[in-house]
Amino acid sequence: MKITLWGTRGSLASPGPDTARYGGNTSCVEVTGKDGTVLILDAGTGLRGLGLSLSRSLRRVDLLLTHLHMDHIQGLGFFGALRNPEIEVHIWGPASTTLDLRSRLTRYLSPPLFPVHFRDLPNTILHEVPCDDFEIGEFHISTALVCHPDSTVGYRIDSPQASLTYLPDHEPALGAKKFPLSPDWTSGYELAAGSDILIHDSQFSEDEYQTRVGWGHSSLVQAFEFAELAGVKSFVPFHHDPSHTDDILDDLIDASIDLAQPRFDVMPGMEGATFEPD
Amino acid sequence: MSSQKEIELILARQLASHLAMPIFIVDPPGNLIYYNEPAEVILGRRFEETGEMPVEQWSTVFNPTDENGKPLAPESLPLVIALRKHCPAHRDMWIDGLDGVRRRIEVTAFPIDGQAERYLGALAIFWESKE
Repeated sequence: MKITLWGTRGSLASPGPDTARYGGNTSCVEVTGKDGTVLILDAGTGLRGLGLSLSRSLRRVDLLLTHLHMDHIQGLGFFGALRNPEIEVHIWGPASTTLDLRSRLTRYLSPPLFPVHFRDLPNTILHEVPCDDFEIGEFHISTALVCHPDSTVGYRIDSPQASLTYLPDHEPALGAKKFPLSPDWTSGYELAAGSDILIHDSQFSEDEYQTRVGWGHSSLVQAFEFAELAGVKSFVPFHHDPSHTDDILDDLIDASIDLAQPRFDVMPGMEGATFEPD
Repeated sequence: MSSQKEIELILARQLASHLAMPIFIVDPPGNLIYYNEPAEVILGRRFEETGEMPVEQWSTVFNPTDENGKPLAPESLPLVIALRKHCPAHRDMWIDGLDGVRRRIEVTAFPIDGQAERYLGALAIFWESKE
């Protein structure tokens, strides 16, 4: 599989000279299989650029939404494939306890927030998650609800050659008196266990986390601890706070590596980065 | 090691670990998967010592009786009712803590339903009666 980061920022798009290296677009990741299957993880503002790069011969794309907070769906309205009748767009995402996925998406894709109605988009097929494992092309996909406000899922994607776990918004340390807990009591563990690559929420510094408990995000140190617990091979810090400039992120990641002395590779989540874990 | 718990159970445990009310959490087959520190005081033993317990064990090990000392069948315990009948239940009873102390408690239990019609187990809150 080939993984490309099109948006790595959390909460709010944050373009500018101070964020040019890590990027300003919000969560969006492309996963391409050797058989040509294209998965898109989340529809943040990075989705617009990703959409422009898709092959004109592509006839199906699967968009896997972790949840429906704005920074993960804002790119939907600007995703050209949704208006192309020659492409089948499958959208996977969580319902809430009272609303189905279509009703939830329609809240954004309708006036006054957006001028186009969701019902007017051709060839769009919805699937609700979490659900039993499923296959898309060469990929085997597992889903699970994880710790983040509102219905939020994580995804694990296994190809014949490698595995990727995507937990962009995740606070497994919430309420834990000592983190990490044992694996069976840790949100997201089963998805991430033994993954070749873990893309994980790393929004805050330790100091910032202390005043943002319950916001649904992790500190970099917690993310390193989670990655260690899960025994991943590589870790991609992701969902960077809008206030964190490139220099701040460099310092935070370096300090976390010094502290954790990880046994896994650390590949900072920078917009435009590609990984091929095969 | 057992498999990872559902997120609703993880969050329930986290909540229970911060509350001053004794709380029991069981999974759908009835295995006691967690009780908090206030429950440890009433039950007379730390969860780390007992570990997880099947329903056949926890429903009898505390020797539950009514006010006349008549043993209560497992199916009359609120938590078992919540599990098997999938409805809330409440009653008072006497139990023997594992520290040998007999206590009168009141128990309220309810089933835990997750979204997408996922049945996740049941939770009981209990209070020691000082009367």
